[in-house]
Amino acid sequence: MATTRQWTDQQVEITISMLLRTGVTLAAAIVIVGGIVYLFYNGNDIPEDHIFRGEPADLRQAPGIFNDALAFRGRGIIQLGILLLILTPVARVAFSVFAFWQQRDRLYIIVTLVVLLILVHGLLATG
Amino acid sequence: MNNLEFTAIIGISSILAGLLGALTGLGGGVVVVPLLTLGLDVDLRYAIGCALVSVIATSSGAAVSYVREGYSNIRVGMFLEVATTFGAVTGALIAAKAPTRVIAILFGIVLLISTYLSDRPHNTQAVDHTADPLAIHLKLDGSYPTSGGEQPYHVQHVPSGFAVMLIAGAFSGLLGIGSGALKVVAMDQVMQLPFKVSTTTSNFMIGVTAAASAGIYLGRGYIDPGLCMPVLLGVLVGAWCGAKVLVRAKVTALRLVFSFVLFVIGIEMIYNGITGKI
Repeated sequence: MATTRQWTDQQVEITISMLLRTGVTLAAAIVIVGGIVYLFYNGNDIPEDHIFRGEPADLRQAPGIFNDALAFRGRGIIQLGILLLILTPVARVAFSVFAFWQQRDRLYIIVTLVVLLILVHGLLATG
Repeated sequence: MNNLEFTAIIGISSILAGLLGALTGLGGGVVVVPLLTLGLDVDLRYAIGCALVSVIATSSGAAVSYVREGYSNIRVGMFLEVATTFGAVTGALIAAKAPTRVIAILFGIVLLISTYLSDRPHNTQAVDHTADPLAIHLKLDGSYPTSGGEQPYHVQHVPSGFAVMLIAGAFSGLLGIGSGALKVVAMDQVMQLPFKVSTTTSNFMIGVTAAASAGIYLGRGYIDPGLCMPVLLGVLVGAWCGAKVLVRAKVTALRLVFSFVLFVIGIEMIYNGITGKI
């Protein structure tokens, strides 16, 4: 084992999995808060999920979701939690770039960057 | 029925879906979609959006316990994620064009295949393969802990494994499932990785694969917060309970019952797709 390796694979994986769990816990907490607000104001409405209309524009993109959440709208807060949840694996991949860079593993820095690029493309794609 | 009652029913059903997904090893996604569409008459696109979100949650939440065991191979995982994420983005783009009844039929077929695959006995005996030059170049070979110390293994058939992962990723993006069963087949059967390494690495990859298409579903307005809230929380609770049960009990008999349930659900999805009810 080379002494220049500051992070072993095992250490990297444990750090990553803690990052994932923190992300999920935080996201779930935000979703619960949003759920309470949503049901408090909209609990008596009639659900219409059997008809597909698609979500309004403000619940499709990060800026709109932030605005809705800041305005303390239940659906906006839930969507913020879901956005955070989707970003958790992205953060995991981003952290892996750093970890492979620490190990001076050029091949896997490139491999990980390709995965990150596909993920970011998916997040920014519209329609 | 108002939103409050609807949320409560979905929440409780999702706990059961998460439990069933954990105990069969197929994940919550494959159970959530039929539950919402067949059981509660939710539109298929909304159901798939919810399933993707809950798949990310269960995969990421379970990662800690898997990693501690020291089985997963992050290089194999990252390398194959190139295939699964690319497949997932492609699958999500196809989902926008394909009619929902076609997606429902495909979902049923994939559910049947996954149930069959996860019930098949797997090879637990380590086979000594010769080293593959491509696998060495990609630094994929590794070792895993056994009772007799670290056991090294050599990864085989890298291009075929990569190809199966492309398909697994496409199904994930198209159907909102984790494709865990197919991912395990690619690693366990095709690439000849030890079974434990395959399952733990697969869990790690599922979250990243689902995130690739979830972003597209969000941008397209398929992710409904009011519906996702009880599904996401319910599946998380169910999966967590399922993991606890798995540690304690022998569930061979239960698994057989669950597999039968999934088989019936698969047939019903296909039937509803053909008759155009979905």
